[in-house]
Amino acid sequence: MTQFLSLLLNGISLGAMYALIALGFVIIFKASEVVSFTQGSLLLLGAYSIARLSEPIGFYPAVLVGILLTALAAFLIERLVINRLRGAPVISLAIVTIGVDIILLTELIRRIGSDILNVPHPWGSESVRIGEVGISQNRLIATGVAGVLIIVFFAAFKYSSWGVAMRASAEDGETAALMGIRLGRVSALAWIVAGALAAVAALFLVGAPTPGVSAAAYTVALRAFPAAILGGLDSTGGALVGGLLIGLAESFAAGYQDQLLFLGRGFGDVVPYVVMIAVLLVRPSGLFGTKELTRV
Amino acid sequence: MLSVDALHVTYGGAVQALRGISLEIPDGKVVAVLGSNGAGKSTLLRTLSGTLRLHRGRIDSGSVRYGDVSLGGRDAAQTVRMGLVQVPEGRRIFGRLTVEENLRAGGMGNRDKAAKARARDRVYEMFPVLKERAGQRGLLLSGGEQQMLAIGRALMASPKLLLLDEPSLGLAPRIIGQIGEVIAEINRQGTSVLLVEQNATMALGVADLAYVLDVGEVSLSGSAAELARTDEVQRLYLGHDSDEPAAAEPLPGTRKTLSRWTA
Repeated sequence: MTQFLSLLLNGISLGAMYALIALGFVIIFKASEVVSFTQGSLLLLGAYSIARLSEPIGFYPAVLVGILLTALAAFLIERLVINRLRGAPVISLAIVTIGVDIILLTELIRRIGSDILNVPHPWGSESVRIGEVGISQNRLIATGVAGVLIIVFFAAFKYSSWGVAMRASAEDGETAALMGIRLGRVSALAWIVAGALAAVAALFLVGAPTPGVSAAAYTVALRAFPAAILGGLDSTGGALVGGLLIGLAESFAAGYQDQLLFLGRGFGDVVPYVVMIAVLLVRPSGLFGTKELTRV
Repeated sequence: MLSVDALHVTYGGAVQALRGISLEIPDGKVVAVLGSNGAGKSTLLRTLSGTLRLHRGRIDSGSVRYGDVSLGGRDAAQTVRMGLVQVPEGRRIFGRLTVEENLRAGGMGNRDKAAKARARDRVYEMFPVLKERAGQRGLLLSGGEQQMLAIGRALMASPKLLLLDEPSLGLAPRIIGQIGEVIAEINRQGTSVLLVEQNATMALGVADLAYVLDVGEVSLSGSAAELARTDEVQRLYLGHDSDEPAAAEPLPGTRKTLSRWTA
């Protein structure tokens, strides 16, 4: 039972990180109709900047600058590449983002090399015990921060002018333009938010129990894609549920791996994709996605 | 005043949709544009509202001026800020947004908060049903209510010139009558209106001036009342027989049979 609760707590915490990344993925899709594969390298960029800047300027300023840098990078990708290809087929745009992702990723890996950069989280790598259940402090703080961000995000999405403009242009871009909504601005803002969310997720994903920033952080981000897709590519609520589902599945598969030995070791790493395929076989547009995703 | 002069528009560099249209919308007037499918009515509106580029259309020659400012090359958001707001064909309500959020979306181009509040009061006064349903999703409204919402949404931007694209489309005759009254009321409150319609009875009923488009050209123009009396409009748009009741087959010399292929 203790093990179950521990895995549950860790799964939720991991899922909250995935949800942050998946939310970015979903709002980019809603605002600019791009299936963006750049989230992985943006995440790594955030982690790398925070790790490199922590020493010279201190941890908290580094976090701030890291988040801003990642948001700026996302903004530049939107302005310099995506915005210029407005109206291009969805497939071409997706492949363009893969290209951008590879370029950014290659440069980051070259800089990181074979090192594992350390992010000096002030909360260190200690664990706390809640009753019988142990969880790393890093994961606990991550869950809290992600929870707050997710609430703020959903409130803004529902009530702010940005949210209304965003939902209106996602539903019918031409009509939104006729109402004076600047589609380019809505899309740029979505990329900025997605970049910032990825950087926040990065901050915690490279902390305990993960050893630090290495190229492997990139593959962590890749698991947020199944989260977004199984939730429904155009559903923010779906991103949240999908993220939690993937986090829990991964946590349990890793935790109970001894009982699951017939599936082989390391099953936890592939379980996100297994869950995604299983969900999509039953519901091809994801749990909460709109059936009709092709727009005229 | 909005003036269009010898406007030529093509789509994809090949399909000519407008071939030298000239027309004027004087301030404070209601101007109707009639024409069958493919006459170029929607293209004209897209040119005015700055959405032509979204449809891969291009102005080849001619000019569109609003007051002293040329509209060519401006995007939709800039056009809205100049006071030209279009109600799209088929209403295009944001179905997943509530009625109130639809109105908020309509006011996005309006930075002046006080003007927005006034616009909202005016919309709710003109369409009390929208106030009753403020919290409902747009797609739950009836067709007539959706058209009211589409018009109200456009009014949120406090337009000086309202462009209406077939507001009567798919609505019951009684509702069409109400739409006509609404247009007259909006005009009385000081907004000029460009009304693009296939329903000539309603359009000529509220308009001061009217133009008839045919395959990308203006074929008739004049005051709405005069136009309603001409044989051609009577026969083609108002469904009355002309003075020769025997003429059941299409008249020679008209190009109506071809018009639907052009856009």
